[in-house]
Amino acid sequence: MITLTKNAARALVMAGALAMSVAGVEASSESSFHYKKQDWSFSGAFGKFDRAQLQRGYQIYREVCSSCHAMKYIAFRNLSDKGGPEFDEELVKSLASEYEVEDGPNADGEMFMREAKPYDYFPSPFANDEEAKSANGGALPPDLSLIAKARAASIGPDVGIEFFNDLIRMVWHPITSYQEYGADYIYALLTSYEETPEELEEAVGDKYYNPAYGSGVAIGMAPPLDDELVDYTDGTSMTKEQYAKDVTAFLMWAAEPKLEERKRVGINALIFLVMFSVLLYFTKRKLWSGVKH
Amino acid sequence: MSGHSTFEPQNGFVKWMERRLPIFGFVHGSFVAYPVPKNLNYFWTFGAILAICLVAQILTGVVLVMHYAPNTAIAFDSVEHIMRDVNWGWMLRYMHANGASMFFIAVYIHIFRGLYYGSYKAPREVVWILGVVIFLLMMATGFMGYVLPWGQMSFWGATVITNLFSAFPIIGDPIVELLWGGFAVDNATLNRFFSLHYLLPFMLAAVVGLHIWAFHVVGNNNPTGVEVKDSQDTVPFTPYYTVKDIFAAVVFLVFFAWMMFMVPNFMGHPDNYIPADPMVTPPHIVPEWYFLPFYAILRAIPDKLGGVLAMFGAILVLFVLPWLDTSKVRSMSYRPLGKQFFWIFVIVCLGLGYLGGKPAEGGYILWARIFTVYYFAYFLVILPVLGFIEKPKPVPASINEAVLAKHSAVVGADSKA
Repeated sequence: MITLTKNAARALVMAGALAMSVAGVEASSESSFHYKKQDWSFSGAFGKFDRAQLQRGYQIYREVCSSCHAMKYIAFRNLSDKGGPEFDEELVKSLASEYEVEDGPNADGEMFMREAKPYDYFPSPFANDEEAKSANGGALPPDLSLIAKARAASIGPDVGIEFFNDLIRMVWHPITSYQEYGADYIYALLTSYEETPEELEEAVGDKYYNPAYGSGVAIGMAPPLDDELVDYTDGTSMTKEQYAKDVTAFLMWAAEPKLEERKRVGINALIFLVMFSVLLYFTKRKLWSGVKH
Repeated sequence: MSGHSTFEPQNGFVKWMERRLPIFGFVHGSFVAYPVPKNLNYFWTFGAILAICLVAQILTGVVLVMHYAPNTAIAFDSVEHIMRDVNWGWMLRYMHANGASMFFIAVYIHIFRGLYYGSYKAPREVVWILGVVIFLLMMATGFMGYVLPWGQMSFWGATVITNLFSAFPIIGDPIVELLWGGFAVDNATLNRFFSLHYLLPFMLAAVVGLHIWAFHVVGNNNPTGVEVKDSQDTVPFTPYYTVKDIFAAVVFLVFFAWMMFMVPNFMGHPDNYIPADPMVTPPHIVPEWYFLPFYAILRAIPDKLGGVLAMFGAILVLFVLPWLDTSKVRSMSYRPLGKQFFWIFVIVCLGLGYLGGKPAEGGYILWARIFTVYYFAYFLVILPVLGFIEKPKPVPASINEAVLAKHSAVVGADSKA
C-alpha cells in the first residue's frame, strides 16, 4: 500500500519532468496580459457578499451598463433575496416601478405597457439582438447575468514555465477554493483601457484598445467607467477602480445568487463528513484489530 | 465460490419468502457471508465508491429532469431556472455535474488498480470485459449529459465529436445524420441525446449487476494475485468490508463535497455559461477532462480516419487485454519489469490527458505521438512479450502466508527499534 502510494507520487513527478520540455519551448500563445488576483469579500470557503457593495454595484449597472447590456435572468424581486443586495422590499417595488414593460394581450387582444413589478425581469435595453448590434457598431453587448462565470482570467502561481504553472494551478485552484477568475477578469477589463499604441492603431481601428480583453486587444465597448461618473451617497470613494470593484461584485452575485447558501451548506456538510469519517476510521480499526491483514 | 447458501432464516416472514423467492438468502450470500480475501488494500474500495456514484447520479438526475426542458430554445434557460428558482436546484445540479467527474476519477483509479494487479486475467476475463462495457456506457452518458445545458461547449463539443463518425467511408455520413437527426446539431440532436442520457444509466446499472455477479462467481482478486486457498485467507464481507468500504466512501465524499461546494465550476468550462450559438465558434474546443487522453490520441494521428480508429482502438484494445498479457503472474508486485512499464504507462496516460487539453500544435503534437505509440505498445508489444522474458519474483504460497510474512516483518522491525 505504502509502496504503491509512493510509486504513484513518483509517477506524477516523472510525468512532470517528462512533459517539461514541451512547455519549455512552447511560449504561451495567449495574450501576455498579467491579470491580478483581487481581494473579494466572497472568495474562500467562508466568503460572503458585502451588501453595501452589491447595492452600489446595482446602482452602477442601472446607471451605466444597462444602457447597452441586458440581464435577462435577474428579476427585480431578486434584489431583495437573502444572500443578495437585500434591498428593502418596498424599495424594490419603487425601483421596479420606474420601468415600463410590455404585457398582454389584454381582453381586446392588444399588447400594452405597464409599470414593472418586482416579479418582472430586468427589461432589456434593445428589442432584439439585431437592434442591439446595429446600435453598437455590429457588436452584440453580451447579457451580463452569467458573465462572471462565463469569463476567466488566467491566474495562479507563476514559475515561468507553462507546464509547471498548469500542474501547480490544477492543485492550487481547488485547494485555495479559487473561483473568482471571472470577477478578476471583469475587474481587469474595466480598469485596463489605455491609449492605443501607434503600431496597433490599424488593428484597433474605431474600436478601443484594451490589453485585458480576452479575444484580441480591440474591444467594441467604449471605456464605460470614469472617476466621479456615478454619485455614491454612502461616502465610498468615487473612483474608476472602486466602481469596477462594486459592479464586478454585483455581477458575481447575479451569476451565482446562491453563493452564500452554497458555502454555508458546504461547510456544514464537510464538518459532518469529516467527523463521520473519523468515527468510521476508529470503528474500522477496532473491527479489524482481531484480523491479521 | 459460494456453493449452497448457509443462510438460515429465523423470522417467519423471511422463512415464508425464502421458499418462494430466496432473495434474502441471495443478499446474505452476496453481501454478508460472501468471503473476501483479507488482504485487500484501499484501492479495492473504489468498486463500492463507484456504486455510490451511480446511485447519486441517478437520484440527482431524476429530480433534475423534473425541471429541465430538452429544447434548444429553452434548455439553457431551464438550467438557469434550476440554479436560481428551484429549491436546492443549485445543489442538485452541481452535485450531478461534479458527480460525473467524481465517477470518472473513481473509475480511472478502479481500472488502473485492475491493470496493476492483473485483475483481468483468467478466470476474471468476463468481469473485465463487462467493466470495459460499463466504461463505454459511462463515456457515452457523460458526453450526452454535457450537451444538455446547451452552452457553447455543449454545442461545439457535440459538433466536433459527432463529426468524427463522418471519417468512416460509406457508413460515416448516414451515422452522423442518424446521430444528429438531421443535417446539423440541432433540436433533434438535443432531444435524442436527452432520451439516451436517461436510458443509458439504467443499462449501465444492469451491466454493473452482471459485473458484480461475475466477480462473485470467481471471487475477488487481491494484491498478491494468489487465489484464495481456504477460509484462513478470507473474512466475511460483512462486517469487515462493509465498514471499510463505507469509511473509504465517506473520505471520498469529503473530496466530492469540497469540489461541489467550494469550486463547483473548476472542472467545467467557462464557455458553457454562454448559450449555444452556431454562428460563433469558440477558439479552443475541448471535451470534458475525462475524455482528454483519448482526444489527444485522436489529434496525434495526422489522418482523420486514422485518428478516429486510434481513438476507438485505444478503448477496444482493453477488450482483448486478458489474452494479450502472457505473464503467468497476476500482480505487478511480483513482476520487476512489468511494474516499471506499468508506471510509465500511468505517466503516459496522465501525459495524454494533459496534452488533450492543449492546442494541437508544435511540441504538444510530438509528445502526443510519442505517448500514443507507447499507449498501444504497452498492450500490443510489451505485455505480450514480457510474459516470455521476464523472471518474476517468487509468489507467496497463500494469502495468509503473505499476510503473516508482512506482519512478522513489521513486528520484527518494531522489536528492533
